[in-house]
Amino acid sequence: MTGRTLLDKLWADHEILRRDDGASLLWVDRHLVHEGSHHAFAKIAERGLGVAEPGLTYGVVDHYAPTRGGPATDAIARMIATLEANTAKHAITCFGLKDPRQGIVHVIGPEQGLTLPGLLVNCGDSHTSTHGAFGALAFGIGATEVSHVLATQTVWQTKPKSMQINVTGQLGPGVGAKDLALSWIAHLGADGGRGHAIEYTGQAVRALSMEGRMTLCNLSIEGGARFGMIAPDQVTFDYLRGRPFAPRGADWDRAVEAWSRLPSDADATYDRVVTLDAAEIAPIVTWGTSPEDALPVTGRVPDPAGLDSARADRVRAALDYMGLTPGRPLTEVAIDQVFVGSCTNARIEDLRAAAAVLAGRRARVPGIVSPGSQQIKAQAEAEGLDKIFIDAGLDWVGAGCSMCVGMNGDLVAPGKRCASTTNRNFRGRQGRGARTHLMSPAMVAAAAITGHLTDVRDLLDGRIVS
Amino acid sequence: MSGWTRHTGLAIALDRESIDTDQIIPARFMSTPRSQGYGGFLMRDLRFDANDEPAADFPLNRMPEASVLVTRRNFGSGSSREAAVYALVDFGIRVVIAPSFGDIFASNSVNNGLLAARVDAGLVDQLIARLAGGSAEATVDLNDQTILVAGMTIPFSLDEVWRQKLINGWDDIDLTQQHRDAIAAYRAKRKAIQTWAFPVAETDPESAAQT
Repeated sequence: MTGRTLLDKLWADHEILRRDDGASLLWVDRHLVHEGSHHAFAKIAERGLGVAEPGLTYGVVDHYAPTRGGPATDAIARMIATLEANTAKHAITCFGLKDPRQGIVHVIGPEQGLTLPGLLVNCGDSHTSTHGAFGALAFGIGATEVSHVLATQTVWQTKPKSMQINVTGQLGPGVGAKDLALSWIAHLGADGGRGHAIEYTGQAVRALSMEGRMTLCNLSIEGGARFGMIAPDQVTFDYLRGRPFAPRGADWDRAVEAWSRLPSDADATYDRVVTLDAAEIAPIVTWGTSPEDALPVTGRVPDPAGLDSARADRVRAALDYMGLTPGRPLTEVAIDQVFVGSCTNARIEDLRAAAAVLAGRRARVPGIVSPGSQQIKAQAEAEGLDKIFIDAGLDWVGAGCSMCVGMNGDLVAPGKRCASTTNRNFRGRQGRGARTHLMSPAMVAAAAITGHLTDVRDLLDGRIVS
Repeated sequence: MSGWTRHTGLAIALDRESIDTDQIIPARFMSTPRSQGYGGFLMRDLRFDANDEPAADFPLNRMPEASVLVTRRNFGSGSSREAAVYALVDFGIRVVIAPSFGDIFASNSVNNGLLAARVDAGLVDQLIARLAGGSAEATVDLNDQTILVAGMTIPFSLDEVWRQKLINGWDDIDLTQQHRDAIAAYRAKRKAIQTWAFPVAETDPESAAQT
């Protein structure tokens, strides 16, 4: 028998049955819901169905969470109230705005120890791949699937193909998980991982902290893969031990024993293998309107001249939306504002990286820093990071999805250019006509200081950022 | 949801790559109850300018009766928002033809009777060229997995599970409830052998309360 991959093991562990046509019925260990789940709650209400496993379902206010004061509009307040009413009705624990455990769903799941290796985690959000960093089978689902999980605690899914992204060597100073992720997405395309579950392996991946691993897995969907995962190891166990909902005592020991059997067998094979050399990866910024439009910051804005016509049309349209001149060095692109936050890059390590670059310096542009959870906010304040951001001239605000998606009213104005630690540079993502450049927290800090896209390695002066 | 095997309607081309879910439905509309209809939100910021004036030359404005949309790679990439599919369906779109789709979008489509038909990129190029700025009648057949349009017979790819689901209009919750016993048996075994897979609050409410 050939060896089994992490995906094979996780899939087999959760498969209740498989139909002749190949669809598997999978058990869901954790189901996370947020304000956007209102369609799904309405669907089960229409059919008079209850929630099968309220004890395995957790709610959190994040997409519409105000970061300054109360909800900006009545519609926003209603979205939050609807989640609170739906979770209360079905006896689901909900981390509301006043709960110190509140934060972005993909930040608080791991933080609370709800996310564990060997679990299947579902959430009505595409960045659910984040939880795969723990060696979990985690994937985003749509509203119909959310209603199915609410009603049955199971999900139908056809097993994806497996893809290994093996990253050899070491990332250089000032280069982190975000750069690694944008780098492979630029290489393979925004649909490069379509139909696949990605397992990230190799020395550079092993060397990442849990925060870095979460950033990497989070961005899997930006490369088209619904699943991203990393085999659990001692780093994983050390992160989880003692978390509020994590197993304890003898249960913990049994769990670690089971989790230690999850990594792919040495003779396991993948449907597709991609190898990257970490040493070749530079700090990356996006220039266009898809995450695949990414280049080392040392590069130049692409020139459509010389590209084939279909490609040239797309590049021209992206540059037109972004207001960029072909051929110009990326470091000459002036920005209007910065944003540090989101499920991609708002964990404590991300805030430390941005603060390390900003310490003792002033930002030339305005911006906001939104921690990923109230706990991270408290921890950052205990470490004095808030003071560094405020002294630099940035706003230190509350926890939520904030300016990544703008649902709470934190928007980038039309035509304004934002250096952002988020996950999508789509047209209109941060607000109608907003121009988003994705990059790491350290790179956003560097851009804030100079007022234009900047290679953070020029501003390190011995500072450690990752 | 009712199933279907054949659809005939007007096809138009949307000659763009990577129309992501934020473009299909901007986030600001997503707090609307479905009962109000999502068709008006479809590609709102592409169809209307900043003053809310319709862009006359945008294909969906020129031919709002179209039900088959031909577009380029990576359609529906991005967010899991099923609202993107609601907007297409409520507008009247029944079939989207493209070389590739976002995985979650494709899965959401099936759950709403919308066909996301994967077609070879070269054939999509030809079809977009033939449609040019106009439209043509298209017949899409789920049984033989072909599209007849503009004098071309185009095969499309679709997951077999999804093809059956579109044809039969299956409802997953009804299907799953037939497996109630198997689910209960799985749960009981998991809880007995892998206690750690249940949150502390489930197995030990007192210790969770202290945290």
